[in-house]
Amino acid sequence: MESLLAIAIGVLVATSVYLMLARNVLRFIFGLVLISNAANLTLFVAGRLTAGIPPLIKKGEIAPVGPVANALPQALVLTAIVIGFGLFAFALVLMFRTYTTLGTLYSDEMRVAEPREDTVI
Amino acid sequence: MSWYLAAPLAFPFLTAVLTFLIRSSKVGRWISLAGNVVLLVTALLLISQIYKEGILVTQMGNWGAPFGITIVADYLSSAMILITAITATAVSIYAIADIDSHKEHLGYHALFNVLIGGVIGAFLTGDLFNLYVWFEVMLISSFGLLILGGSKEQIDGGVKYVTLNLISTILFLTGIGLLYGIAGTLNLADLAVTVPNLENQGLVSVIAVLFMIAFGVKAALFPLFFWLPASYHTPAFSVSAIFAGLLTKVGVYALIRMFTLIFNGDLVFTHTILLWVAALTMITGVLGAAAQNDFRKILSFHIVSQIGYMIMGLALMTPLAITGAVFYLVHHIIVKANLFLVAGVARILTGFTDLEKIGGLYKSAPLLALLFLIPAFSLAGFPPLSGFWAKYILVAAALKINSWFIAMIALLVGLLTIYSMTKIWAEAFWKPHPSGLSPELSQINCKNQFLLLTPIALLAALTLIIGFIPQPFILFAETAAEQLLNPSLYIAAVLGNFS
Repeated sequence: MESLLAIAIGVLVATSVYLMLARNVLRFIFGLVLISNAANLTLFVAGRLTAGIPPLIKKGEIAPVGPVANALPQALVLTAIVIGFGLFAFALVLMFRTYTTLGTLYSDEMRVAEPREDTVI
Repeated sequence: MSWYLAAPLAFPFLTAVLTFLIRSSKVGRWISLAGNVVLLVTALLLISQIYKEGILVTQMGNWGAPFGITIVADYLSSAMILITAITATAVSIYAIADIDSHKEHLGYHALFNVLIGGVIGAFLTGDLFNLYVWFEVMLISSFGLLILGGSKEQIDGGVKYVTLNLISTILFLTGIGLLYGIAGTLNLADLAVTVPNLENQGLVSVIAVLFMIAFGVKAALFPLFFWLPASYHTPAFSVSAIFAGLLTKVGVYALIRMFTLIFNGDLVFTHTILLWVAALTMITGVLGAAAQNDFRKILSFHIVSQIGYMIMGLALMTPLAITGAVFYLVHHIIVKANLFLVAGVARILTGFTDLEKIGGLYKSAPLLALLFLIPAFSLAGFPPLSGFWAKYILVAAALKINSWFIAMIALLVGLLTIYSMTKIWAEAFWKPHPSGLSPELSQINCKNQFLLLTPIALLAALTLIIGFIPQPFILFAETAAEQLLNPSLYIAAVLGNFS
């Protein structure tokens, strides 16, 4: 299962790097969404996969008995997903604003803040 | 739970909530200022407490050290918090005159205080994942501040700032995942105990490089700094000042923390990379600045070159070098924020920041010229200002261990810094105004004059104090360096009851 997920993460990263190399910033954002999911999966796999043993504590005990699934990576991934959601919502709105104010989505044409020397004069 | 540690974290968020609720009223700016003054008081209390008792630790929710989230402050953290509070207070005075009511209505003060809260959280936390969360708090509020107002330039700079910082965030998260996978813990002190005993030290080095890249983007190190000069000259001047002062320095702080506490096993590998990166950062930053012709763009490139000095201190890893890095951090935050504030006043007087379109400020506004000279000379490292001592300690540290090469680079870059500062001086202050205008300070009404110049004067006075009485500050930095190079102190303070 780990190796399968590792391959999936690899494919996700490769796809997202391909997307992020595009000049169109919207594609870049899609690449970013994919790579952030790859990072989330990495975090998830790093906590070791243990199927079918929920970390539940029996009545009267103060700690789970025997080997159980590690709940911490899931908590971390959940936090990362929520944060990532906020950031991408912002990034998408920013891209929309970019399109309406600058009239382009191509990063080559975004030279307002740093104009080329020859176009200044 | 120690209130000394919780208070500097709680007040910025309280202020943020209050200012957001009354964002359409003009009272918000005063509440923001009051909140930052309270923050300054709590930061002073914290630093005096640490001076008395050493490293302070508290466990959030009373869960023991490796399980709960640890909040910890040593000499370096407390110094950074104090300097954050000072800069935040200065900028919030300046913002009263600088930020218009439209931006206030959009929530400037709330975003500003959340940013300060995020920065302080990053300095205080003793947990790696928690550090990630504070970075995000800082990042999302800085996104908002950067594009507040929504001019074409801001959106354009914002795209580059947002995209590159998001990549760094993802690398940081991946690094956390892999480190957790091999060490099984995320508490910094616990990691410092676990990581040296791991079998697979090769993997640790790989993860170290991942963190180096992630924090390197935030700190604007050599091949990763392009977002900074693309965006820092676009927002309001209060915003650029606080960004220039604090944001990259959080990255530097994270690098110092990680590479003294956790990744200190393979110094030959990691710190050699850092040394080269430091040299290249210094050189490219200062050369980039030399090519620019805009007040704020020159200053932005200088942030990059100055970051190189701090990383040089970290890379050399001797007690004297770390002392220099800590001293440099503190000095740089004050000076850099101040220079951006001066640029703001110059812009209000002349209407531009392009050096070709302004001039004559020495004759028409001599007070501003004087207030520019102090931080500018300090940045360039003129004795007896604070920058001289910072550079002196670092170069002395390099010479002491016979690193002639990096010492030479540091001195050369210092020389080129003087070139840029004289360029701003000659263009903006000395040469006559290109269209014969005489932009006097009396153009601004009395109240705004007071609000704009007081923070600049205060920060300049602080630069002078550090310059003329460096001894206590150097001693403080020495103790901070001692703590950083003896991770056992930090570990014992956090995990005390376990070992």
